[in-house]
Amino acid sequence: MSVITYREAVRAALSEEIERDKNVVLMGEEVAQFDGAYKVSEGLLEKFGPERIVDTPITEAGFIGCGIGASMLGVRPVMELMFWSFYSVAFDQILNNAANVRYMSGGLINCPIVIRGPANGGTNVGATHSHTPENVLANHPGIKVVVPATAADAKGLLKSAIRDNDPVMYLENTILYGEKGEVPDDEDFLIPLGLADVKREGTDLTIVTYGRCVLHSLAAADQIAKEDGKSIEVVDLRSIRPLDIDTVLASVAKTHRVLIVEEQKPFASVGTQLSFMIQEESFDELDAPITRVTTIDAPAIYSPPVETEQLPNIGRVVIAARAALKA
Amino acid sequence: MSKDTLPNTAEINASLSSEEKIELYRQMMRIRRFEERSLRAYQGKKIGGFLHLYIGQEAVAVGACSLMGEHDHVITAYRDHGHAIAVGMDTKPLMAELYGKSTGCSKGKGGSMHYFDPSNNYWGGHGIVGGQIPLGVGLAYGVKYQGNKGASMAFMGDGAVNQGAVHESMNLAALWDLPCVFVIENNRYSMGTSQVRSTAGPGIAERAEGYGMHWEKCFGHDVYEVRETLHKALTLAREDHKPSVVEIDTYRYRGHSVADPDKTYRTREEIDAYRKNKDPLIIFQKTLGDEGVMSDELQKEIDQAARKEADIAADFAEASPYPTPDDIQDDVYWEADNPDQRKSQGRLFFS
Ligand SMILES: Cc1ncc(C[n+]2csc(CCOP(=O)(O)OP(=O)(O)O)c2C)c(N)n1
Ligand SMILES: [Mg+2]
Repeated sequence: MSVITYREAVRAALSEEIERDKNVVLMGEEVAQFDGAYKVSEGLLEKFGPERIVDTPITEAGFIGCGIGASMLGVRPVMELMFWSFYSVAFDQILNNAANVRYMSGGLINCPIVIRGPANGGTNVGATHSHTPENVLANHPGIKVVVPATAADAKGLLKSAIRDNDPVMYLENTILYGEKGEVPDDEDFLIPLGLADVKREGTDLTIVTYGRCVLHSLAAADQIAKEDGKSIEVVDLRSIRPLDIDTVLASVAKTHRVLIVEEQKPFASVGTQLSFMIQEESFDELDAPITRVTTIDAPAIYSPPVETEQLPNIGRVVIAARAALKA
Repeated sequence: MSKDTLPNTAEINASLSSEEKIELYRQMMRIRRFEERSLRAYQGKKIGGFLHLYIGQEAVAVGACSLMGEHDHVITAYRDHGHAIAVGMDTKPLMAELYGKSTGCSKGKGGSMHYFDPSNNYWGGHGIVGGQIPLGVGLAYGVKYQGNKGASMAFMGDGAVNQGAVHESMNLAALWDLPCVFVIENNRYSMGTSQVRSTAGPGIAERAEGYGMHWEKCFGHDVYEVRETLHKALTLAREDHKPSVVEIDTYRYRGHSVADPDKTYRTREEIDAYRKNKDPLIIFQKTLGDEGVMSDELQKEIDQAARKEADIAADFAEASPYPTPDDIQDDVYWEADNPDQRKSQGRLFFS
């Protein structure tokens, strides 16, 4: 066990998997010589050379399509998007080609790629650089979607994603890159996709969340425990598709109240799908309507103090949790 | 690259045996008859959706695919039946795919525009204009990464050349020295839009110069010429990892798809003139006659056999079962299809 940052955990997963499997290649803009726009791949070029750590031009449709094509022959590219926001210029490659090629070939082809990079607001980079597309991605059968919140999850999930034979979208968070946590050193430390994690046990309310909102939810739960004496359970989904709904439903059966906290625009978000499934499968367990905290529904605002309020934050979660506990 | 450093390619045709020449003709005829038979099936309401026929362009796919070695790969757009037959796919599952049957090459899940056969290095069959070209570059990347001597032929139409993804792909292939041959089947129209109404600049293949890439143009009605030109490009790719652009002048006889009444953007005279003077089958029949390789009798036999093969394919398709609603969610995830090797947990499907 080592205490390392989320960034170092992603790097460790990359390094170990590149070492383990000669078919794994990291490609993306500035990943090699520049050490990564967010320094995730720092030192990897030196360690593995330019065959394995590949700088691409600014050509998302080109290099992601290239990675998808190469994966059909058995190469296992891990492709870094400098920001997940830029997925829109590679949309056709990701969501027509990678998502559909297995189906359209009647199962003859599979596409073992990982696309990774940060997907978050909160750094005052405005509407073009703050997308959280996990709902859009998960809307496409054939695609898997993972959003780690802690350093350990970041490592264990990325290693599983790279070994997965389906296309996996792995969404990081620039604000989490510096967060430290205990991470197993074991080279076979894997966290399966589709397994949620109860990050805090509780009895009065279930918060279902993922990504950076896990941290807000844990802080809000601590505050409410101290100030109100109420006990909140925090379920971290970790993986959006496949989805561990069973862990969510087990928690609902215990607390009978649900608050969803997500850095998502509300319309057709991940939480929308969750609420549908919870009411469909556990209607009788609910003592109150499901509530949620989302990003306030507008493009990402630049203004730094206001962006904090547009996104879920500890204060907003505390208010919503108190309301949910009373409802 | 100057012309005199290119490999000498005349022997690629001179070295063909009589049997191999006849085989080229047979492939072209099999495509033509398959397409005609599928058109009849479409008119008989056996086939849904779109049907983009390859009639008139047969010498391009046949010439190109006849050059393929173990590590050469092909990918193309939705006008994909000719290439499928030319790489060696059986026509029965091809026809069954058009009928939407479970015996189709994609189990009825792909349809006319989405034929695939990895066992013959055939990677589709893609419905988004230009969207397949980055994948074609990726196939070249894979060949090179794995240390194999081979090339990828990425086919597209003249309309696709204005898509951004195509230019991104050309830049990458040239930048990274990838063994990719961009083959442009210029049939002069993208749907109802003629080349002059869609494409700026002096020509299409010439755009390769902007990427420092070798380029060639040739006529697509002459299967020998197609082979000779592509052999050059493939040799450059296989030997030196150099990509190129090859623009092949060709023509489609039928509408863009069978839904196109073909009355608004070109004249009947134009179509008739090409059919009369440049039909790839008639031209090659004459060549082989002049060479003393193929008698009229043999030609008729080949034609009859191709018609019969197309009928057998249609009968096979007709007699085959449809997939069932239970099949809808197969072939989505590798993991779901291989449950004994599944490592993830949780729900993969939401209905
Ligand atoms: C991105 C995209 N835009 C538009 C279409 C509709 N469409 C299908 S084929 C086609 C014409 C393409 O012409 P060309 O590339 O010359 O190929 P050809 O049909 O002549 O073989 C169009 C507009 C499409 N399938 N994909
Ligand atoms: Mg065209």
